[in-house]
Amino acid sequence: MSFNLKLNNISKAYASLMANNSISIELSEGKIHALLGENGAGKSTLVKIIYGILKADSGIMEINGIEFSPRNPSSARSNGIGMVFQHFSLFPNLSVLENIMLGIDYGITKSELNKRIKKVSAEYGLYVDSDRLLGTLSVGEKQRVEIIRCLLQDPKLIIMDEPTSVLSPQEIKSLFLILRQLASEGRSILYISHKLEEIKLLCSEATILKDGIVVSRCDPRKETVETLAKMMIGKSLVKTRKNTTRSDKKIINISNLSYVNSDSHGCSLKNISFEIRENEIFGIAGIAGNGQKELVDLLSGEISLRKSNKIIYLGKDLHNVDINERRKLGIAVIPEERMGHSAIPNFTLSENSILTGLWSDRFIKNGFIDEEECVSFAKEIIEKFDVKTLGEFKKASSLSGGNLQKFVVGRELLQKPNLLIADQPTWGVDAGSAEMIHRLLIEHSYTSSGILVVSQDIDELIKITSRIAVLSNGQLSESYNTEDVTSEILGMEMGGARNS
Amino acid sequence: MFKLEPRNEQSLFFVYFSPFISVIMSIFAGAVMFMVLGENPVEAMKIIFINPLKSLFGLSELMVKATPLIIIAIGLSLGFKAGVWNIGAEGQYTIGALCSGSLALALYPISGFWVLPLVLIAGIIGGSIWAAIPALLKTKFNTHEILVSLMLTYVAILLLSVMVHGPLRDPDGFNFPESRLFHYSALLPILIEGTRAHIGTIFALIIVFGAYVIMGKHVIGYQIRVSGESSKALSFSGYSKKTIIWICFLTSGALAGIAGAIDITGPVGQLVPSIPVGYGFTGIIVAFLGRLNPVGILFSGILLALTYIGGEAAQIKMSLPSAITGVFQGMLLFFLLATDVLVNYKIKLKRFFK
Repeated sequence: MSFNLKLNNISKAYASLMANNSISIELSEGKIHALLGENGAGKSTLVKIIYGILKADSGIMEINGIEFSPRNPSSARSNGIGMVFQHFSLFPNLSVLENIMLGIDYGITKSELNKRIKKVSAEYGLYVDSDRLLGTLSVGEKQRVEIIRCLLQDPKLIIMDEPTSVLSPQEIKSLFLILRQLASEGRSILYISHKLEEIKLLCSEATILKDGIVVSRCDPRKETVETLAKMMIGKSLVKTRKNTTRSDKKIINISNLSYVNSDSHGCSLKNISFEIRENEIFGIAGIAGNGQKELVDLLSGEISLRKSNKIIYLGKDLHNVDINERRKLGIAVIPEERMGHSAIPNFTLSENSILTGLWSDRFIKNGFIDEEECVSFAKEIIEKFDVKTLGEFKKASSLSGGNLQKFVVGRELLQKPNLLIADQPTWGVDAGSAEMIHRLLIEHSYTSSGILVVSQDIDELIKITSRIAVLSNGQLSESYNTEDVTSEILGMEMGGARNS
Repeated sequence: MFKLEPRNEQSLFFVYFSPFISVIMSIFAGAVMFMVLGENPVEAMKIIFINPLKSLFGLSELMVKATPLIIIAIGLSLGFKAGVWNIGAEGQYTIGALCSGSLALALYPISGFWVLPLVLIAGIIGGSIWAAIPALLKTKFNTHEILVSLMLTYVAILLLSVMVHGPLRDPDGFNFPESRLFHYSALLPILIEGTRAHIGTIFALIIVFGAYVIMGKHVIGYQIRVSGESSKALSFSGYSKKTIIWICFLTSGALAGIAGAIDITGPVGQLVPSIPVGYGFTGIIVAFLGRLNPVGILFSGILLALTYIGGEAAQIKMSLPSAITGVFQGMLLFFLLATDVLVNYKIKLKRFFK
């Protein structure tokens, strides 16, 4: 089976923004081709055009020399193109079999489909019980379901969109085995990622996008992570040295924290104990949905503590202390979700600047908002933290993810917290902004404060923390010194991870 | 074929001008309707929208009708901004009128400067208590406030009817279901001699100004706006949705209640079963037509009041049914919602052939 997909000068614009500007790529049989670029570089737009979700403004696609312009995903599938999305489109309350059945374009009976699922599973080592309810599977297993669904169409080209972003190191390893096997059968794989190590390991060709343009093509095996990064970002990244000073002063001490979640899709916490010391960045690794949100909400005060829970912050019991009283005591929080949690998209930056400052008489005087103070605070954040925006009266929704996150991080840092809690601080943030946020967190750890970083990104935690523990299925592992830890150890601790 | 395409940014033009566009479209659609009915559309429009503005009587009646509409809509707008849907202002208005009327009757024939304030306060309390029911059920049992507040409206109207047919009926009233006329101490002072325009209009202006300050400058207004955008952001900012639900229901109930109290101590002067004439529902249109903005509500309240007076004029002068008022109000809301789509979307012409 020969297969060759050629993209010639594909362009697509959203209003004035050129998301794809004359992109040409050739994908051939049996190759794993990396599509590399930062958030907003145009990767998603391009694959959506290939998969028939979007239509290009100009340019031609050819399969084996014949013009190909899919009207919708099902016409792309019938031309041999399959896609595994980053965000799964699966129904938690249906079984694996039923979920796969829904994504199949042709008529087939349940028992026959079941046979075919078993066959594909055995061939590629994609083990999953087809009778189980999808909601009970781990993230890795869910991804297998998506891959099986894709393989049942016998695709010649498989598009994988950021497939490792939610997987543990062990799961990544087994995914790579499967991808290599698929390539060795002569299938092409278009692998989308911004993780450079993975691409070096897996791919033999790479196309690098920046601002909608192909900036470079290379063989990633012959490049270093640094040269790849330079191509992707356009400049070299400045490394920040982490804080190695040690202190015995405890900022916060959590002992035997338990929480029963009333939401059946949520996660309960069991006997969580840890402490954060002065000058320390403490990392909590683990896959989202294993109690991270619940833990952060309990620490921030968004969920109130029960009597049996003991959280001691600088010698004070936080029981019955609400979120704004905690802010007064010097605890600042950066939640995972930017849009609608740490910031309000429809509000201006100036209005957003006081979302976490309503307790402070700096902004609120006798119940009235001091507008001048808000504006000058917003200006200060924008200047100090290099937030790229047309001004403090622009809506938060007009900012890119990275710039809005810099605004949020800056807002909290300027309150000079003694304890900063950051949940997925660089999630969906471009590499340049992520680097800056890492630097800011490390710098803040020198100011006699403690920092808790909760993250799915193990590389991030190894880079900035001094100690790491893993949260898995609502339980916290023992904590490791970051120097002694490897991603294998952390992966083992995530072993019992729960599905999100 | 036409296609709606999302805009990158909200269109400020349509945010500010879609109320005007919808007014113009309603007038055109109304003109077509009059032509179909065999009336001269220009003449009809003149009678409905221009003539009431040309006489002192017309203007004073405009004030009388606009006052409760504006007061109710201001209260509702707080909740609508916060994502709290009080649809039962009509009921709160009715209970407000019933409570203040009952107190006025109980105090009869005492005279004194303190009678009127007490009577008005009774209306405020009545309206807020009626609004507290959906708020309580919502915060305790998570019932849907739209259903509860709406259904309580019918309870309120029937309660008023029971009271006026029974205990509050005028003993010298030949068995008509009406209370006796209130004592003059319980009546709102007249603003313009020889008309029904009363000082309630001044209250309305004060309430508009108060709402403008609260929503724009006060931390409670900020909270209300945050609540309307995201409950998660609200709790992150340190306030609970429940508090906002209570604030919004109690305020909108109190304002609907005082609107009811103003109406019976102003133009009506007694309790009758026909007090609720739909101001509570029209207030919803006023609030949205005014963009949930206090100053916008001031103007949309006047416009909707005009449809009431114009509708009456059309009934008298052209012997058209009084449903004209409702038709115009419905068209206004319809065209407003339709043009509002263009705030976030633009129309694109899609070709049939490529």
